Amino acid sequence: MTSFLEYAPAPESTAILDLKPSYGLFIGGEFVGGHGAGFTTISPSTEKHIADIASADAQDVDLAVAAARRAYERTWSKLSGADRGKYLFRIARLVQERARELAVAESLDNGKPIKEARDVDVPLVAAWFFYYAGWADKLDYAGLGANPRSLGVAAQVVPWNFPLLMLAWKIAPALAAGNTVVIKPAETTPLTALIFAEILQQADLPAGVVNIITGAGETGELLVNHPGVDKVAFTGSTAVGKAIARSTAGSGKKVTLELGGKAANIVFDDAPIDQAIEGIVTGIFFNQGHVCCAGSRLLVQENIHDEVVARLKARLSTLRLGDPLDKNTDIGAINSRAQLDRIRELSAIGESEGAERWTAECAIPENGFWFAPTIFTNVSTSNRIARDEVFGPVLSVLTFRTPAEAVARANNTPYGLSAGIWSSNGSRILAVADRLRAGVVWANTFNQFDPASPFGGYKESGYGREGGRHGLAAYLESSSLQDSAGAVRAGSARRAVTATRKAAK
Amino acid sequence: MTIAPASIELAPAERAARLIGTELTEKSLRLHLEGLPRVDAVGLEARAASLGTRSIKTTSKAWALDKIIGLIDLTTLEGADTPGKVRSLVAKAITPDAADPSTPRVAAVCVYGDMVGSAVEALGALHGDPDAGGISVAAVATAFPSGRASLAVKLADTADAVAAGADEIDMVIDRGAYLSGRFGVVFDQIVAVKAACRRADGSYAHLKVILETGELNTYDNVRRASWLAILAGADFIKTSTGKVAPAATLPVTLLMLEVVRDWHALTGEMIGVKPAGGIRSSKDAIKYLVTVAETAGEEWLTPHLFRFGASSLLNDVLLQRQKLTTGRYSGADYVTLD
Amino acid sequence: MTHLTIPKTYKLYIGGKFPRSESGRVYEITTAKGAFLANAAKASRKDARDAVVAARAAQPGWSGATAYNRGQVLYRVAEVLEGRRAQFVDEIVQGEGVAASVASAQVDAAIDTWVWYAGWADKYVQVAGNANAVSGPYFNLSTPEPTGVVAVVAPPGSSLLGLVSVVAPVVTTGNAVVVLASEATPLSAISLAEVLATSDVPGGVINILTGSASEIAPWLAGHADVNGLDLAGAGDLDWVDLQVAGAETLTRVLPPVDGIPALSLERMLAFTETKTVWHTKSMI
Repeated sequence: MTSFLEYAPAPESTAILDLKPSYGLFIGGEFVGGHGAGFTTISPSTEKHIADIASADAQDVDLAVAAARRAYERTWSKLSGADRGKYLFRIARLVQERARELAVAESLDNGKPIKEARDVDVPLVAAWFFYYAGWADKLDYAGLGANPRSLGVAAQVVPWNFPLLMLAWKIAPALAAGNTVVIKPAETTPLTALIFAEILQQADLPAGVVNIITGAGETGELLVNHPGVDKVAFTGSTAVGKAIARSTAGSGKKVTLELGGKAANIVFDDAPIDQAIEGIVTGIFFNQGHVCCAGSRLLVQENIHDEVVARLKARLSTLRLGDPLDKNTDIGAINSRAQLDRIRELSAIGESEGAERWTAECAIPENGFWFAPTIFTNVSTSNRIARDEVFGPVLSVLTFRTPAEAVARANNTPYGLSAGIWSSNGSRILAVADRLRAGVVWANTFNQFDPASPFGGYKESGYGREGGRHGLAAYLESSSLQDSAGAVRAGSARRAVTATRKAAK
Repeated sequence: MTIAPASIELAPAERAARLIGTELTEKSLRLHLEGLPRVDAVGLEARAASLGTRSIKTTSKAWALDKIIGLIDLTTLEGADTPGKVRSLVAKAITPDAADPSTPRVAAVCVYGDMVGSAVEALGALHGDPDAGGISVAAVATAFPSGRASLAVKLADTADAVAAGADEIDMVIDRGAYLSGRFGVVFDQIVAVKAACRRADGSYAHLKVILETGELNTYDNVRRASWLAILAGADFIKTSTGKVAPAATLPVTLLMLEVVRDWHALTGEMIGVKPAGGIRSSKDAIKYLVTVAETAGEEWLTPHLFRFGASSLLNDVLLQRQKLTTGRYSGADYVTLD
Repeated sequence: MTHLTIPKTYKLYIGGKFPRSESGRVYEITTAKGAFLANAAKASRKDARDAVVAARAAQPGWSGATAYNRGQVLYRVAEVLEGRRAQFVDEIVQGEGVAASVASAQVDAAIDTWVWYAGWADKYVQVAGNANAVSGPYFNLSTPEPTGVVAVVAPPGSSLLGLVSVVAPVVTTGNAVVVLASEATPLSAISLAEVLATSDVPGGVINILTGSASEIAPWLAGHADVNGLDLAGAGDLDWVDLQVAGAETLTRVLPPVDGIPALSLERMLAFTETKTVWHTKSMI
């Protein structure tokens, strides 16, 4: 044996999967064919084909929205909250039962390490459904007045970085609040959504309550702009978020957006240093840095800069990059060639801007999309790698001298999703947290998620919150916010129903 | 800045003073220890749990099981110990699995000071350095496990064990002194015990300093006591006596490995770590190996730098070895009681 | 040849185990028509004392579990209860002398009650707790915490629904409970105990005593290690005296109600204490 640290392969078997060679669209409780030009989904670590996927065109989007509308009016809005809750409890239980299968599928399709899909993604999915199941019959207590009303049909578009988890973040509160859903998974990661459709069938969820339509950006655009939807929820890039904000303006649709970030991870000189190093690593290398709330800017107090960077580099020497399905892998594959190209491009820009680049030594497999953890030091606040979201395992290191300077630098960005603070001084942590313009602040930890804890951004990181009691607000109409706005919305929904009925004939 | 290695060359007080940078007093020692980095318990425990998810299979597992055996201080520390019991323990240490001669030997046997003679006699020619295929004798001393006795008694306890042939002394720190802030007292006792480890020929028995982390309670205390013990001349820092719960835990051991890693970066010296008590399964022991390798480094996986203080762990490892060899799950009848 | 039945023995449920009363006493339970059903254990004051000890021992672990975990456990109780519907329906038909449809409705309502409370476990803090905008450089947060050990007198006229309606709100927030089941119809309570024992509910979190409420309630009411007292089903007892007894150690008391207590957030919060924490805030 050469080295103990070169752990023998510990592969998670894919035998647990029962994949079909091709998948249709899940509309009205069944899989049906799509009319768009189908595509394939591949494993980003091997570039091998996984399955053929249907693509929803305008007609399919109409059908899906109509199915959701029918289900809303005839079934879902007539059920008691307690019964809606029971369906959500069933879904949560089924996710727990099929947890391993879902984790393997997610790792295969997304490229993330099985360890993360198994220990983070899938348990949170189940937890999210459990949490919102309990709200379904307690909406009077949501802080939105008595008898808050559901909105109707929700159009939801989710990204490729946490495919099933983002789907859970969208569907669970929407259903709990009494809405029905048409959801579009990301083009490169449809697999777990399609297995989830099977789970919905096992849960006996009434047909049409959840409709899952696969497709690319165009499908998503058709969906969010469809006149028959009352609500739009989008997680993805800031650019597309802005486009949605523009195209839905004046439509009466309620919109929530969860977009990009360039979070600052602030390390003070009195930080618990070993845990801070872990937090920095988790902050930017967890999920290959494909995290909207990633701590992509390390703001380290200048007097400990060298020590922190040295410890960071040493810590990266035990990070393992490789086959996502190996249980010991820490860093998986980049989700797509397009994303890999973008990361490479921005890293090259970082070098040309004068920052100093350091990359962890990793054996890169021949096939697949890979990027070794990279740290840029000597970064200036005006550099693009300090401003632009890379969405990859690339950390930019900047310094500060005083707490006020740390706060100013952390806030000096159009983004505002998250931030981290590392210090053993509670008073300072709370005061700094007060001043950070970010929707989520983690102190002495990072990337913590819980269905009870609201998540969402300030500024160009989006608006609206997911998780917690606050997460219900996106899917309910407060009784005090009716009158003319309500009438407009109701009107456009009625027009939309008529339009889809005509289209279906 | 580097410090000359080993307490043989520099008196501990001088060595400590050089590191701290000022004259060594109760106050300067306290300021130095309190200036060490704080520990966030939630983060530390999460990191330990994460290391525990490493999946060690096939060749790695076979290697790990053998390595674990070779790092065990096979222990009996009961009031009811007799020469017969110690002989039985030694026989097990030499031949853990009579049915499988490929089984490695343990690193050492660990007994009370007045049983050292029996252990040495039972080991015979195999008494020696584990790196050379021998088995060491470690003796607990200094009024183990409580440490509640005069310094004179503790030093006599130590000297007796060394004279009887102990290669290693596992001492306990004065937790009462530590918790009441008398760090200088703790320091001085360790220095004195180390001096009592000196043999007539000028060599020293190796000194392991037991912190009794279960009584120190907070991780900040464990970090400071670890650093203090090393400053005072410890060759090994050890978690527990095994008589108090909680004994060894993965997070506490992780923390102590971070301390020896930092000490090595600062001084170039390598100090050993010994978790003791409560490690009963191979699965758990493997987590410790992973933690050592990914924290201090693989170089620490050697008897001079890492030990398991254990008794029932050995049999569980043997059962796992048997499964790897035969492909079948084994049972208690196929391993011997010691 | 018809199958000869093996009648179930009904004992107490204390500390996760099923002991007979230390007094050795039982009392006869019959159907509405007077046919023998079972000898139910008749709890003594010492059983009540032991139950409080068990509850106190179990309470820290229960409240120390995550809210998510408590919700999971309580939801599991509902699952197991659902699986055993038929047995509960049968017991209620026999014990209360009602039609199967009525018994069925009671069991459904009991399951739904349990699910309602399970869903609150990780939410009531969000509704009943909050940050406070104090005028000074302080972080200030109020959160409800469980009061500890709560003694409950269950509604006497209901085998199952009444019991569930008073037990679930108490334990959802992390309290441990000692409940005096309906004296006349105690069998469902012990069957419920069997459900609890197989649903990952830690022993001692819920303790169920069957027997004479008028005999045992005073011992619980006056017990110095009981923090809360729900007199929901004590309307026919000298309940004011019970409340006076509780006053000796400032036990938190809820008065009797007629019939079955409704689903109620307030019932949950009645046995919580609000803790408010201050912490300074300063940048420099």
